[in-house]
Amino acid sequence: MSRVVSFTLNGEPVEAAVEPRMLLVEMLRDTLGRTGTHVGCDTSQCGACVVHIDGNSVKSCTMLAVQADGAEVRTIEGVATNGKLHPMQEAFREHHGLQCGFCTPGMIMSALDLVRHNPDPDEKEIRAWLEGNLCRCTGYQNIVRAVKAGAAAMRAGGAESAGGRADV
Amino acid sequence: MSENGIGASVRRKEDRRFITGKGRYTDDINRPQQVYAWIVRSPVPHARILTIDSKAAEAVRGVIAVFTGSDMAADGIGGLPCGWGITQKDGSQMAEPMHSPLAQEFVRCIGDQVAVVLAVSRGIARDAAELIEIEYEELPAVTDLAAANRSDAPQVWPEAPGNVCFDWEIGDAAAVEKAFAGAAHVVEMDIVNTRLIPNAIEPRSAIGDYDSGKDEYTLYTTSQNPHVIRLLMGAYVLHVPEHKLRVVAPDVGGGFGSKIFHYAEEAIVSWASKRVNRPVKWTADRSESFMSDAHGRDHVSHAALALGSDGEFLGLRVSTLANLGAYLSTFGPSVPTYLYGTLMAGTYRTPAIYCEVKGMFTHTVPVDAYRGAGRPEASYLLERLVDKAARQTGIDKVELRRKNFISPESFPYQTPVALEYDSGDYHACLDKALEMVDYGGFDARRRDSAANGKLRGIGFSTYIEACGLAPSQVAGQLGARAGLYEAGTIRVNPTGSVTVLTGSQTQGQGHETTFAQLVTESLGVEFDQVEVVHGDTGQIPFGMGTYGSRSLSVGGMAIVKALDKIRSKARKIAAHLLEASEEDVVFEQGRLTIAGTDRSLSFGEVALAAYVPHNYPLDVLEPGLEETAFYDPKNFTFPSGCHICEVEVDPETGVVEVARFVAADDFGRIINPMIVEGQVQGGLAQGIGQALYERCVYDEETGQLLTGSLMDYCLPRADHLPNFETATTTTLCTHNSLGVKGCGEAGAIGSTPAVINAVVDALSELNVTDVPIPATPERVWRAIRTAQAA
Repeated sequence: MSRVVSFTLNGEPVEAAVEPRMLLVEMLRDTLGRTGTHVGCDTSQCGACVVHIDGNSVKSCTMLAVQADGAEVRTIEGVATNGKLHPMQEAFREHHGLQCGFCTPGMIMSALDLVRHNPDPDEKEIRAWLEGNLCRCTGYQNIVRAVKAGAAAMRAGGAESAGGRADV
Repeated sequence: MSENGIGASVRRKEDRRFITGKGRYTDDINRPQQVYAWIVRSPVPHARILTIDSKAAEAVRGVIAVFTGSDMAADGIGGLPCGWGITQKDGSQMAEPMHSPLAQEFVRCIGDQVAVVLAVSRGIARDAAELIEIEYEELPAVTDLAAANRSDAPQVWPEAPGNVCFDWEIGDAAAVEKAFAGAAHVVEMDIVNTRLIPNAIEPRSAIGDYDSGKDEYTLYTTSQNPHVIRLLMGAYVLHVPEHKLRVVAPDVGGGFGSKIFHYAEEAIVSWASKRVNRPVKWTADRSESFMSDAHGRDHVSHAALALGSDGEFLGLRVSTLANLGAYLSTFGPSVPTYLYGTLMAGTYRTPAIYCEVKGMFTHTVPVDAYRGAGRPEASYLLERLVDKAARQTGIDKVELRRKNFISPESFPYQTPVALEYDSGDYHACLDKALEMVDYGGFDARRRDSAANGKLRGIGFSTYIEACGLAPSQVAGQLGARAGLYEAGTIRVNPTGSVTVLTGSQTQGQGHETTFAQLVTESLGVEFDQVEVVHGDTGQIPFGMGTYGSRSLSVGGMAIVKALDKIRSKARKIAAHLLEASEEDVVFEQGRLTIAGTDRSLSFGEVALAAYVPHNYPLDVLEPGLEETAFYDPKNFTFPSGCHICEVEVDPETGVVEVARFVAADDFGRIINPMIVEGQVQGGLAQGIGQALYERCVYDEETGQLLTGSLMDYCLPRADHLPNFETATTTTLCTHNSLGVKGCGEAGAIGSTPAVINAVVDALSELNVTDVPIPATPERVWRAIRTAQAA
């Protein structure tokens, strides 16, 4: 009863036979071994599982793997390029925007999609955008700072890192 | 201070793996031939299990086995032990019923483990679990504390009549009666401290991996203290000697107390792995987290404060019912007793204190330590009561606190409830916080808010906590069944890099960075030449783990002690190589120098000599450069602080917004200010969460857990919280050489009363005198309407 699903994962083609009911996050973690994307709640509340599908942030615990067939999928493992951290990753480290690190991949993936829509978000806009990402460690203050700084660094770095398809 | 040493906000070593998706959490681990466990849980709060029919489940293709409590009993598996015994008022021991990992005959709470299905995929295991038919004879249940204390209440355990696990007291009841008899004012209050669900974002997970070739078990688990799990599970549950049991806690995604305890699932997967001779993996879904992670808080108290005519505190009397849940969790009984009653002096000179606590069984998930553990309950009670006393006596709430503070000259200060505070300056914290919040400008801010139709209030909390658990002999006298020291090893590698092995176990606190800073400071080794290893009983010395803000003040001190041994040995080696006497060798900034000369060696050269001992005093000194130390603290540490909250309340909707939050805390010496600030911010979010959003609710009729998902239980989100304004003041801890006190819990301990005091202050002009926590819009709205109707 399994179905073959193929998509582009962080620029590389992948293909696997999966159960039709398999969630995208299960395929990423269990079938493809990309464990950077986390499962925190199974109910679309916590956002630890956020990935990009064709450039848009999606909660991968709420999408079937078969729905990703043919898509461009980007996970946290695909954000740094050639061993160089993305400015948003740098900003999370610089501003202590993480503690246990479990929510962090989802936070970064959400933040990148925010900046794609709004290259210069203010604090209120950042807090509103991150409403779908739970963090229990930081109290969000340093995450907000990190996202603001990351967005600024992306603007300074030019369009390539500032989003759009080039960021996918 | 060296560049990356003590006092530097060094960016964290651990971050690179977390921001690139390379963290390694328990659920990221998969073992060859692994099968998946699905736990069948009780859907009812109290029942006798009449029959379990698993035939249909066992017939499902891909199912490996189904086990129940009788299978575990047949193998002689023991109960989950409790790590702290309470001696009651009458000298007898608390009731301590058996807690089987899989239920035997009875279930006693929603979520109780009844059976386990093992299958080749998680989906198959879960599907098969649906086919298991269990016949329950439902029995009356009680989830609410006050109801459990009534004479006709359903009984949880036959060996705990009246549902009382223990009836405990501390302090001098007669002295308190005398104080109340002579009081000018008596202030009384009923205080509920709500039940909370910790909700670390990483769900618990455990993989049991039995190696039949070596007859050894490995358990990968989401734990704050792998050695504690090894000790308890090996000795009490599986009856496996420790050298045959390795416990690995890899990256842990938040704990806040909930990952201290030895849980049933850890024992189930370990035992089942041997039964099926394959690794067994279990990972909770969020629903299981809600109904099987130990909950926190859940007290109902009556408190009374006696004051003299000038507002001086004369006596304090507290009577508390504490919910322990259906079973005793690992440290459950210690939380509402020795981590609660002993804190009733707070920052005040109250001369007579008496606190009695009844620990109650109910048909609910076990309750244990959650961030702060007992101390938030104490500070909430005390700081609410002090605010009420200020209103009742007409004394300004800041002045009333000042008037009663233990003065900075009084240390060491012996409280009437066992603790001896070593240092602190509560005026300094208060002054700092008042300055930060601009107290003088509050009336103007209140008028501005009023112009916008909002009621503004200001609330204070001047808290204390006892951290750095714990001096082992004291803890032992109070009922602890373990030592509470910590261990650390410094392994200097031949080429001079350093590996630190620590019994502390990070869940986000940044140990890999802070501990490396200690090494850099002591040995002058470059920061990136230090690696911290933790979380694997196969690698680290026996250690007690991370909770109670103990990692730096106990775990860090073990590292410092081991570093001191390294320094001492390095000086001996250098003296030999430099042909000088040891007393003349100075070890500073990574160089060992003969004082007053330019003759010196780098630490790296000394390390190499220790491992290539061609020119070495082998007759008096062993080769190698590795030292282990165990550190047992002489006392608790006593962080303190002042938290001030300003809220705006919309009187039409009851919505409370935190407009300002200021925290001035005294944590002693600070190693990494950036990490400390992060700890405070996170703690504040949890404390504000309790004040405004979070509450675990059981249905009183059916015993069902109503807040069983993140859609029903409100965790604070980014748009719920303000930016916090934080600062520190410093008095050093006097009994550890670092002078450190601990910072992990302070935010959660100090903030909740500050928020609620602010809400009550805002509503005082509407004659509201109390609001329940969490102060949700509905409850605030009702409090306003009730006060106006009256």
